[in-house]
Amino acid sequence: MNQILPAHNIGDYVPMIDGPDKVSGRAKYTADLLVPGSLAGRIFRSPYSHAEILDVDVAEAAKLPGVKAIVTGADCDKTFGVLPIARSEHPLARDRVRYRGEPVAAVAAVDDATAKEAVRRIKLKVRELPAYHTARAALAEDAIALHPHRAKNIERDVYFELGNVEAAFAAADLVREATYNCAEVCQNQMEMHAALADYDAVRDRMTVHASTQVPYYVHLMLAHVLGMDMSRIRVVKPQVGGGFGCRTETLNVELIAALLARKAGGCVRLVVNREETFITHRGRPETDIRLKIGLRKDGRITGVECECMQRGGAHSGYGVVTILYAGSMLYAIYDLHNVRYIGKRVLTNTPPCGAFRGHGTVDVRFAFESLLDQMAREIGLDPIAVRRANLLEAPTFTDNDLMVNSYGLPECIDWVERQSGWKERTAARNRNGGGQKNGAIKKGFGFACSHYISGASKPVNWTGEPHATVKIKLDFDGSIVVLSGAADIGQGSTTILAQAVAEVLGLDLARVRVVTGDSEVVPKDNGSYSSRVTFMVGNAAIDAAQNLKAVLIAAAARKLDAKPGEVECLGELYRAGAQDKGLSFNEVVTEALKDSGTITVTGTYSTIPQSHGGKKYRGAAIGGTMGYSYSAQVVEVSVDEDTGVVTVDKVWVAHDCGRALNRLTVEGQVQGSVWMGLGQAMSEEAAYHDGLMLTANMLDYRVPTIQDSPPIDVGIVESVDPHGPFGAKEAGEGSLAAFLPALTNAIADAIGLRFNDLPVTPDRVFAALEKRARMKSNGKQEGDT
Amino acid sequence: MARLLSLTLNGRARTDAVSDNVLLLDYLREIVGLTGTKTGCDGGECGACTVLVDDRPLLSCLTLAARAEGRRVDTIESLAVDGRLSAVQRGFHEKLGSQCGYCTPGFIMASAGLLRRNPRPSEDEIREALGSNICRCTGYVKIIEAVQHAAKLCADGLSP
Repeated sequence: MNQILPAHNIGDYVPMIDGPDKVSGRAKYTADLLVPGSLAGRIFRSPYSHAEILDVDVAEAAKLPGVKAIVTGADCDKTFGVLPIARSEHPLARDRVRYRGEPVAAVAAVDDATAKEAVRRIKLKVRELPAYHTARAALAEDAIALHPHRAKNIERDVYFELGNVEAAFAAADLVREATYNCAEVCQNQMEMHAALADYDAVRDRMTVHASTQVPYYVHLMLAHVLGMDMSRIRVVKPQVGGGFGCRTETLNVELIAALLARKAGGCVRLVVNREETFITHRGRPETDIRLKIGLRKDGRITGVECECMQRGGAHSGYGVVTILYAGSMLYAIYDLHNVRYIGKRVLTNTPPCGAFRGHGTVDVRFAFESLLDQMAREIGLDPIAVRRANLLEAPTFTDNDLMVNSYGLPECIDWVERQSGWKERTAARNRNGGGQKNGAIKKGFGFACSHYISGASKPVNWTGEPHATVKIKLDFDGSIVVLSGAADIGQGSTTILAQAVAEVLGLDLARVRVVTGDSEVVPKDNGSYSSRVTFMVGNAAIDAAQNLKAVLIAAAARKLDAKPGEVECLGELYRAGAQDKGLSFNEVVTEALKDSGTITVTGTYSTIPQSHGGKKYRGAAIGGTMGYSYSAQVVEVSVDEDTGVVTVDKVWVAHDCGRALNRLTVEGQVQGSVWMGLGQAMSEEAAYHDGLMLTANMLDYRVPTIQDSPPIDVGIVESVDPHGPFGAKEAGEGSLAAFLPALTNAIADAIGLRFNDLPVTPDRVFAALEKRARMKSNGKQEGDT
Repeated sequence: MARLLSLTLNGRARTDAVSDNVLLLDYLREIVGLTGTKTGCDGGECGACTVLVDDRPLLSCLTLAARAEGRRVDTIESLAVDGRLSAVQRGFHEKLGSQCGYCTPGFIMASAGLLRRNPRPSEDEIREALGSNICRCTGYVKIIEAVQHAAKLCADGLSP
């Protein structure tokens, strides 16, 4: 007799269910939605960094035949922003422009050429104001405030001391302090920002298709900015070509498209170009860090002091959250006590920064893991041993009240140590009295760890609703239709939801369809940010599927004349006892529909209060999550001492994702994170001249190509989180940060020079090698760069 | 000024009135309506718009439509055979060479071009052939695996 088993849907390598659309060209992104008769939108942007607006003259533009609508700051007096406490931005600047490229006016015309010519005819009259392009300049005594409600250009000051830092340093065997500078970096997702806004003037309704990670936030901001009732707005998220955080807040693009559409009484397609996408920004801020660590001879960290300053750009955005993450996430990876954090988020006349993958944690982690590595060497300990001396023991709460339930970092460390041959290499190095050399090429190994949250436990917009809601519809055809607002932006959340539901019901994945992204149809979701979707929405999907299963089991019991507790669900077969012939899935569905016809069930998920962080300092909720992911990395480099070129030969990364629901997408996410860290560490930098972004294209903003990119071996560690969906935690962000310090630690291992400023470009390496050579020839001591 | 453009697009002969200054990319997307080919940058930076012209990968954003006169142009929409995915499409789908999917048509066309002229490329040859395409999601590791998988499928008789 054949054994009947429910279909198995998690833990394997499962290609994405929307993959066939992407590889065939059928997948529709916002810019692919060609609506006959739609108008072309264009934005007029400020050529000034900081100026008072005296006049926006659109008369000549309006005279151009084919121009259907022009909007300026006069058309909208509302401000928007992701944090309800910090909405500082107008869709189109009013009174003042605060960065070069800030939208001032916009045009909708019958075609793009006409819109372009109209924009050329717009005249902006201003009185220029002093502009501050660096955090230090904006903080100067005599600097004027960018925003009246933010005196001294400080978006947020953060200070906390938990424990006794001075006593901890006094108890240490080694105390070291260093400074770090991380350049501003951009998400540079492949799809440029786009919005299609369609205003129905007869019924006063607005439909907006937008390239966003947060359709719900866009919905809220559209209603607010347009002054329309939320019920008159529909937001659709088509396929989205990446985001990495720059689309986790409403952008001016979708708001401007909607303002134009309403004024024109029609449909406006606004697709901004690559340069404008760069300038719309929301990248990781330039960050200056001063870090001090106390270490005992046995490797235990006694205390930490971290001072962090971020150049936030011209508007608030996520700024308050970013500067809080930078401090709170010092915790929850090692067993730390006695920590002082001083954070400063500064407003400057540069494009606004935002929430880039690894939000707030990356640059501080770079500094921390760099200094720890340097101190381990100095005190004569293996860098891995130092980490092992400071591990947490889960479950626990950190000093800043973060809840840690599952903790696979020790296994991550073990995996990369073993796979990279770390011990053997260290032994060989000790025998030979140094690293491997091949002429001018020096080899080095570096190690580092990082972590990240699986969704912020407290949503930005606190409404009292469950954190996530999923609906499942079951009808006569027996297909399972999952309805979710979760925004798949390429990370594969749609596939994960289908897998989760199929797993609970024991059905083949092919029976499950997922509908997402249309506010008219799907339940609200907070959006794809802070790696929340698998954890929060995954749990809601499991809940919904369990509720559906209960309905089906009750129906089967009725039909089989058994008690529900006696019915066994085997996916395609429901039976009462092993000898029972049972009912097919379709028969059960038919029975279940008898009462009410089409069945819809709801599943929800809410975080538990213990995960909401503490109250020991203002903003201590930031960092609270249901589960932290962990990552350890070993990076192998070759450094050419003749040219300063650093080549990453190989990366070994182990990531604790709780449980891999889909090994294929976990590997893909981890590799993508590591590689994005590689870009930040080695080549990427948003550079400005007088406030003008010089690197607003993909040639000057140097993203690693396939020729520059190393093999990345991924080890999956499964710590099985007690609250995660089937034990899962996040996989898409936590491995980014560790790459940066693992790289610079490897470079230090190879050539004995430590790079504290990112990116580590060949010219910087070369200059440091030259400097050392000069010092050697002058008979001076070697120094750090 | 507009002129008549005649070409073989995805295996079918067609003629359109096209202005002299229209890019091949915009012709494909806006005039023909084949939106599988993507615009990813302001010109020649990213490779998302790669199509095959007489089997050779070309950036359609740097090519005037008029230059396709009398040529054979193939886009991502042409690869599937009888509705089934081609070897390269399967490779990218099954090995996760595609995450957000936006760079994917460009990568797939560049890879199809490679496999049409070199059915058994080495890893270095794959890296070289895809060196002007940018992907922001994958870190390229699985893209290389996707092309290697596609080469195997080609060896089994599938078309690239």
